[in-house]
Amino acid sequence: MKQFIAFVNKEFRHILRDRRTMLIILGIPVVQILLFGFAINTEVKDLHVALYAPSPNGFTNGITERLHQSEYFTFRAELDDPIKMEESMRKGNLDMMVLFDTESEAVQLIINSSDPNRGSIAATYAMAVIGGYQQELAGITRMPFQIEVENRMIYNPEMKSAYMFVPGIMGLVLMLICTMMTSVSIVREKERGTMEVLLASPLKQGTMVFAKTVPYLALSLVNFTSILLLSYYVLGVPIQGSLGTLTLISVLYIFLSLAFGLLISTLVRNQINAVIISAISVILPGLLLSGMIFPIVNMPQILQWLSHIVPTRWYIDIVRKVMIQGLGWAVIWKETAILIGMSLLLVGSSILNIKSRLE
Amino acid sequence: MKFLIEKEFKQMFRNPLIANLIIFFPTMVLLVFPWAITFEVNNIRVDVVDHGKGSYSKRLTDKVEASPYFILNDTPPDYETAMQAMERGEIDMIVEIPTTFDRDIVKQQSSRVGLAVNSVNGSVGLLGSNYMTQIVNDLSRELASELLHKTSHAQMKAPPSLPRLTIEQRYRFNPQMDYKLFMIPGFFVIILTILCGILPALNIVLEKENGTIHQINVTPVHKAWFILAKLIPYWTIGLIAFIIAIFVAYLIYGLWPAGSIFTVLFSGIVFIISVSGMGIIISNYSETLQQAAFLVIFFILIIILLSGMFTPISSMPIWAQAIAAINPFTYLTSALRMIYLNGSSLADVSTNLLMLALFSLLLNGWAVLSYKKRG
Repeated sequence: MKQFIAFVNKEFRHILRDRRTMLIILGIPVVQILLFGFAINTEVKDLHVALYAPSPNGFTNGITERLHQSEYFTFRAELDDPIKMEESMRKGNLDMMVLFDTESEAVQLIINSSDPNRGSIAATYAMAVIGGYQQELAGITRMPFQIEVENRMIYNPEMKSAYMFVPGIMGLVLMLICTMMTSVSIVREKERGTMEVLLASPLKQGTMVFAKTVPYLALSLVNFTSILLLSYYVLGVPIQGSLGTLTLISVLYIFLSLAFGLLISTLVRNQINAVIISAISVILPGLLLSGMIFPIVNMPQILQWLSHIVPTRWYIDIVRKVMIQGLGWAVIWKETAILIGMSLLLVGSSILNIKSRLE
Repeated sequence: MKFLIEKEFKQMFRNPLIANLIIFFPTMVLLVFPWAITFEVNNIRVDVVDHGKGSYSKRLTDKVEASPYFILNDTPPDYETAMQAMERGEIDMIVEIPTTFDRDIVKQQSSRVGLAVNSVNGSVGLLGSNYMTQIVNDLSRELASELLHKTSHAQMKAPPSLPRLTIEQRYRFNPQMDYKLFMIPGFFVIILTILCGILPALNIVLEKENGTIHQINVTPVHKAWFILAKLIPYWTIGLIAFIIAIFVAYLIYGLWPAGSIFTVLFSGIVFIISVSGMGIIISNYSETLQQAAFLVIFFILIIILLSGMFTPISSMPIWAQAIAAINPFTYLTSALRMIYLNGSSLADVSTNLLMLALFSLLLNGWAVLSYKKRG
């Protein structure tokens, strides 16, 4: 035990000595949670629309006026004929053209669907506005047999996008930093040969590896705390559930990420490869297969299966349930068990790998 | 100079991972990730709690089940059971039909249903509740036409018909509304950013760590040439990866630029030059490889997420829009999307290319200036 403490102490000194790296490791999550927490938002607005009415009358003016009132559209008055509009749409500056044919009372909506999401939303909004105008003309205020829908948005009544993205950013940033930190620093010792010196010490390998991860665990906890404080006080994301549960799960997740870094460090020979493999295996899956931005249920079946092996997916799931929905162990035990299983698998295979290297 | 470039190439390919990376990284990324991205919401899982158990409430349940947007998970007896399912994450929405649903329709000619939507994901919540409202409105319209004929009470007047108006919708550039086609050009840019951003960032700093940088510093070679020799191999692998990516996209998704392929390649090259310049700058300012790695990943995440690739720039706050405006990623993504989908010409994307060229000059100039021969 004494040896173990001495070893941990040595590792701490190693890390604390390098002030600049410390600053970078502790500063990155702060900047990222602030940047992304405010900036990532899937809401579509500011749709650029141009209108063409060759012979304006009450009908075209009515629709034009109502489209103008909609908060989603930005009008491009300078585009006053279809040729200019076509040109602008091809350059990607125009989302929709509204062309009136006054004689046959027809409206043509030409929608730029190169971004299908934007295109379909523009069409939906425009159709709603025109439909509303038709009802207004007919003088209909209330249809018979109207069934009213009482709508309640639970968990996120104000529909803030930070509620959705903060757990995701936590999962991505923690994993990225922990994995890269461990893999690169261990490989560096291997490259320099100092690892051999350590291996020659009387300390058991398992203990030694564990001692190496302790300082990183501490650093990551500092990161976790700063992320949590910022998202609570600055981004206004509530912590509905138990803070203890959230912390416990995060320690588990941090440990898992460190173990993943450890495994990478046993597989590669130089620092460059450690960086590349950590970056590639964490960034894209963590961003796209974790449900951070795009819901997993909408993906093709194969990708849904694939997402099961992405730890970030389970962590984000748990954080959303605990932090936003205020739920407890009864609904997160399965995800937690998966994370524990993954950690054990990672630690086990990295210890096996270290051993086989030495023999 | 020639020898310097040769040396850098040799050094790079001594690492077998690099060669594999150039081929497999673009292929894997394009094979897997475009499928992950969709804004279509069509698997909303619903529990219907039907307290009324009448024929009209049954019809509403059937309509939910038949809808392509919803999956009817269960019809539990009470709201609490449904709520527990929502907490376990099994469903996204609860529809609660009151006991008096059928009676109200017959007697009062109006009724109501309750909807509880999990809105942690705001846009899914909003879309889900819109779709459900549509279904309910459908039902009320059906009931109106059926019951009005049946009852034909004198006091009921038929609903006035809407004025006739033809609305025609036409979708340009991506008529099948395929989200993959829109995202693939963006993935090209991600591939290039990761390859040509990370690798150069690790280069000079590694020589610093190993001490080999001093050997270069004592040679009479000017630092601009030295940096150029470092960069050329990365430009080459970037270009190769780009070409592979273009072919993979064609083979798997049948996606070929509607505009000119040369415009695509040219834009890509200008971008590669600017992003690898950024890598070298980071390398110059870092003391250890670990620092460089963290910094470059930090910037790459910002570049990817604040570019309008995944989320629209117009919904970002002003300061984030300003970052997006000085982000090379933004310009290449929009240029590639325009060339691929809208068939834009070189002239149409000239603003984007001009900005990219400007970034290349600035970043590479900075890269040369920040390199200290006597460090």
